[in-house]
Amino acid sequence: MARPLSPSASRLPGRPERAPGAGQGFWGLAWERFRRHRVALAGAVVIVGLVLAALLAGVLAPYRFEDIDLAGRLRPPSWAHLLGTDTIGHDVFTRLLYAGRVSLLAGFAAAVVAASVGVVIGASAGFYGGAVDNVLMRLTDISLALPDLPILIVLSRYLGGSVTGVVLVISLFAWRGVARLVRGEVLKLRGQDFTEAARALGATDIRILIRHLVPNALAPVIVAATLIVGQAILAEAALSFLGIGIQPPVPSWGNMLQNAQDFLLTAPRLAVYPGLMIFLTVLCFNFLGDGLRDALDPRLRL
Amino acid sequence: MHRYVIRRILQMVPILFGISVVVFALLAAAPGDQVDLLLSGIPNITPDDVTRLKHVYGLDQPVHVRYVKWLERAAHGDFGWSRTYREPVSTLILDRLGNTVMLAAGALLIALAVAVPVGMYSAFHQYSLADYGATLFTFFGVSVPVFWFGIMLIYLFGVTWHVLPPGGINSPGVAAGLPMLVDRLKYLPLPTLALGLVFMASFTRYTRSSMLEVIRQDFIRTARAKGLPQRVVVRRHALRNALIPLVTILGLAVPGLLAGAPLTETVFSWPGVGKLLVDSTLGADYAVAQGIIMFIALTVVIANLLVDVAYVLLDPRIRYD
Repeated sequence: MARPLSPSASRLPGRPERAPGAGQGFWGLAWERFRRHRVALAGAVVIVGLVLAALLAGVLAPYRFEDIDLAGRLRPPSWAHLLGTDTIGHDVFTRLLYAGRVSLLAGFAAAVVAASVGVVIGASAGFYGGAVDNVLMRLTDISLALPDLPILIVLSRYLGGSVTGVVLVISLFAWRGVARLVRGEVLKLRGQDFTEAARALGATDIRILIRHLVPNALAPVIVAATLIVGQAILAEAALSFLGIGIQPPVPSWGNMLQNAQDFLLTAPRLAVYPGLMIFLTVLCFNFLGDGLRDALDPRLRL
Repeated sequence: MHRYVIRRILQMVPILFGISVVVFALLAAAPGDQVDLLLSGIPNITPDDVTRLKHVYGLDQPVHVRYVKWLERAAHGDFGWSRTYREPVSTLILDRLGNTVMLAAGALLIALAVAVPVGMYSAFHQYSLADYGATLFTFFGVSVPVFWFGIMLIYLFGVTWHVLPPGGINSPGVAAGLPMLVDRLKYLPLPTLALGLVFMASFTRYTRSSMLEVIRQDFIRTARAKGLPQRVVVRRHALRNALIPLVTILGLAVPGLLAGAPLTETVFSWPGVGKLLVDSTLGADYAVAQGIIMFIALTVVIANLLVDVAYVLLDPRIRYD
């Protein structure tokens, strides 16, 4: 019987045939699953592009972001100004690039801060249980009843202006989801045999947590952190749109939209571009998060 | 049942206490207290006057004393005085509450009206093109910045096509009463859609997954096996069971609707509680913001209680002990 040439047919003699997926390890398998999630892959590619554009803004941008051409305000797109100029004569393309830097930085930083705080708090609550756990869970209950955006607005009015302030304020609400996740995982793993084995070998609490428990809870944390990046970018944009986030002349996609509404008649494109960038970026992080969830945590599939 | 409700109410007490501490701390952390803000910009004020005024307002007392006094007043519905509007905070909130409730209710309705049929269709045609389309839509819905979506709606419907007013809540000079309500209908669709979009997306997702879970169960197979037409299986057996988890989601949407209102109301100049929050915060009128946040938190706690009770009433399988 004629058989199509399969990869194994061309294998050199003497080498053992491997079952598909065998010996690939956790990350290899995860990559196999992730690759098949085409939308997530596309999201990842776009995010890499956005990050590169933000990093290389200094090279790619034809102007400096604070450059103003008062005589050339509200110009339509042209070769000199690819996306036109805004109400005070900034080059819109340049500002979009630099704004991406601010928005992505705020998003990543908030995700890192929130994930770290969440892991520490969630792991200690799950591991030690008892009073620590009780206090944490009550705190979570309380914070779940507090409206996030209104509090973000007030706090950001106090601190506002800097990227650091915005990141801290956003992290304040983002850690609790991660904490809950990690607590659940640690609670589940704490009683299992490998933890007992580690303890019997004389490992300290800290070592058990860092070597055995937290790595096992890492997959859902990565997924949650990816989704937090998107949420944080949305929150930063909202605060900057209201005028209490990133302050001009530093551009962010949110503050570029701040006055755009007043110029809808004359220059609607000023409102279109920054919003599209926010939408695209957040969408890609949500796709990526979904793909990572499928890849890293197949049990969670909807 | 009564015991369950009573226990749930008792559980609310520590949560309410925690909320009040956080909300009080929020105002206590404000840069400058009400006297500083009141006197800033008045050149001929002496430090003595400041001390005296702070004493009058009780601001020279320790934090915990101020907290207890604040809590006492708040319990009587007194959330302080707005320095920019020169009115009691509670009056300011109550005056605008109706507008926000109208907007939130509209958003909830529009979200459900789209999400339930789309989510059901999606579930019954899993992995079809329509299902992928619906899933894509849910991703779009949760990724769009609501303020930008609002501006785009204004641009298309208000500025380009001139079919709906670009903002506000009533035409100028319209008579109160019925004409005002009829006039309001023109102003509702855009902000309602803007606020409702994200809930439309998440409700669609929940309806789909909840329905997928239900239609795999034995009682659905039984209903089919005894020869019931698809329409009856869907309506009487599947839908009713699939909607139970949606009750929880509805309850959890209440904070989101109230918390999301500031952006939508600001974009559409909708004179509600959310716009009041943004305006007062920008004007450093933190007593108003504090009152609004406390009010929303209370609403959330009560909504959660109602959801838990409704859940038990709707699904006899759930035991409430």
